[in-house]
Amino acid sequence: MDYSSKIARHVAGIPRSGIRDFFELVQGREGVISLGVGEPDFVTPWHIREAAIYSLEKGQTTYTSNLGLLSLRKAIACYVGEFFGVSYDAPTEVLVTVGVSEAIDIALRALLNPGEEVIYHEPCYVSYSPSIVMAHGKAVAVETSKEDGFSLKPEKLAAAITPQSRVLMLNFPTNPTGAVASQEDLEGIAKLCIEHDLIVLTDEIYSELRYDGVKHVSIASLPGMKERTVLLHGFSKAFAMTGFRLGYACAPQPIIEAMMKIHQYSMLCAPIMSQNAALEALENGAPAMMAMRESYHQRRDFMVKRLNAMGLSCHTPGGAFYVFPDIRSTGLSSKDFATKLLEAENVAAVPGSAFGASGEGFLRCCYATAFDDLRLAMDKMERFVGSL
Amino acid sequence: MSTDPLLQLLSSKARLSDAELAELLSLTPEQVKVRIAAWEKDGTILGYQAVTDPELAAAGHVSAFIEVKMTPERGGGFDRLALRIARFDQVSSCYLASGGYDLMVVVEGKDLRDVARFVSEKLSTLDGVLSTATHFRLKTYKEKGFLFDHESRTERLAVSP
Repeated sequence: MDYSSKIARHVAGIPRSGIRDFFELVQGREGVISLGVGEPDFVTPWHIREAAIYSLEKGQTTYTSNLGLLSLRKAIACYVGEFFGVSYDAPTEVLVTVGVSEAIDIALRALLNPGEEVIYHEPCYVSYSPSIVMAHGKAVAVETSKEDGFSLKPEKLAAAITPQSRVLMLNFPTNPTGAVASQEDLEGIAKLCIEHDLIVLTDEIYSELRYDGVKHVSIASLPGMKERTVLLHGFSKAFAMTGFRLGYACAPQPIIEAMMKIHQYSMLCAPIMSQNAALEALENGAPAMMAMRESYHQRRDFMVKRLNAMGLSCHTPGGAFYVFPDIRSTGLSSKDFATKLLEAENVAAVPGSAFGASGEGFLRCCYATAFDDLRLAMDKMERFVGSL
Repeated sequence: MSTDPLLQLLSSKARLSDAELAELLSLTPEQVKVRIAAWEKDGTILGYQAVTDPELAAAGHVSAFIEVKMTPERGGGFDRLALRIARFDQVSSCYLASGGYDLMVVVEGKDLRDVARFVSEKLSTLDGVLSTATHFRLKTYKEKGFLFDHESRTERLAVSP
């Protein structure tokens, strides 16, 4: 049977993931030191796992309300109020989702009419552009540059806005660059969003992982923004709960209501044991989270130093757990560099091009890996760069 | 447990060199050296020890937790007697504790008889010791923050977005 005509055109048109290709290259190899992961190297703190186990022991295995356990939504509203400084009404303005990934997907599907434009900054997380396409929107990428520390400059955003622009997607701290947005840039972006009546989808998943004592600011907390922002956050990175698949959206009631319409049919609800674990994370997870953050901080400093020392110019990222060195001085493309590095030294790092055209010339190195492995990987990379 | 990042690092990775510690904390090796020296001098850092699995490092050796009831002394409380007990080489730890007894003494010995002999000849005989209760350690699950359970960790995907 010829399946090519059976698959929906807009899905068939989504290009193959650059990460997936690289993953397959790495798969067969033994003893690879991987800097290519996108998740913490910590196991979920025990007290959080224990809460999930206890909820199973107590027999909590049923569906929950579509929106999520009210106790969890209240805890989320409280946390978001304290951490981001934005207050949401728990019963009506919070939706518990199956990871932030689901929240992004249903937010786009709830907001877009076919052909409407969604602006996002590149290099970015691999799901943004495909999610826009799957929601029948038009994806409009704005390049961010190393010179700007990969922050989104209001001028560049302004140049991308058209009468069809409906939504702006933001992600700071950013996967893959670790970039953070300056207060000035955020204010400029907010002004444009208000002026052009854009809805902002802000993916805050790495927002606890900010270093150098800088307090994170979300665009949702700026004046005039709460009414037009969908704040997305979750537990995967800060609390090392990737496998629990738990995230949430906070937004004005009509948007939550629309997202809920999709969520109630496609997911029904997030898993109850994950919700119970998330509640424990919000109530008692701060000390463990801070210890993990401190550990990432130490590793970040180490990586930046080593990469710059070996001639791969690397800015110090303000958040997340990635460094994004510039490999253009080697004359190789991102893909060639990553492939040759893997073949020569068995070190895996994802080519920046997997994260958008403006990622070409860069490499994403994740430092959520044991320190000894990081040191070994840096020694090997230094040897590799020296051999070029 | 300490809130100082350098002290915390030293409690799990004391064998890192000053340069390696400096690397992790964005300090200079000189700064690390100075701070550690100050802590060693004022007694914040008492010493460094490899935390070992007793079954692998000292198979057959025995460890016991001894609850000691004592009479406190006028003007000194429990201190004099407690220190007298603590000075014995066989005593690896010694704590004043709340509860049904006064002192918790951890004793290490070659075997059961060795520990029992220490308790009956050296400990119980001390003037001021009213009674002892000896509990032999059978199995260790966690030692100084190091868990003995090699949790089966499903391998992370080598590459993920």
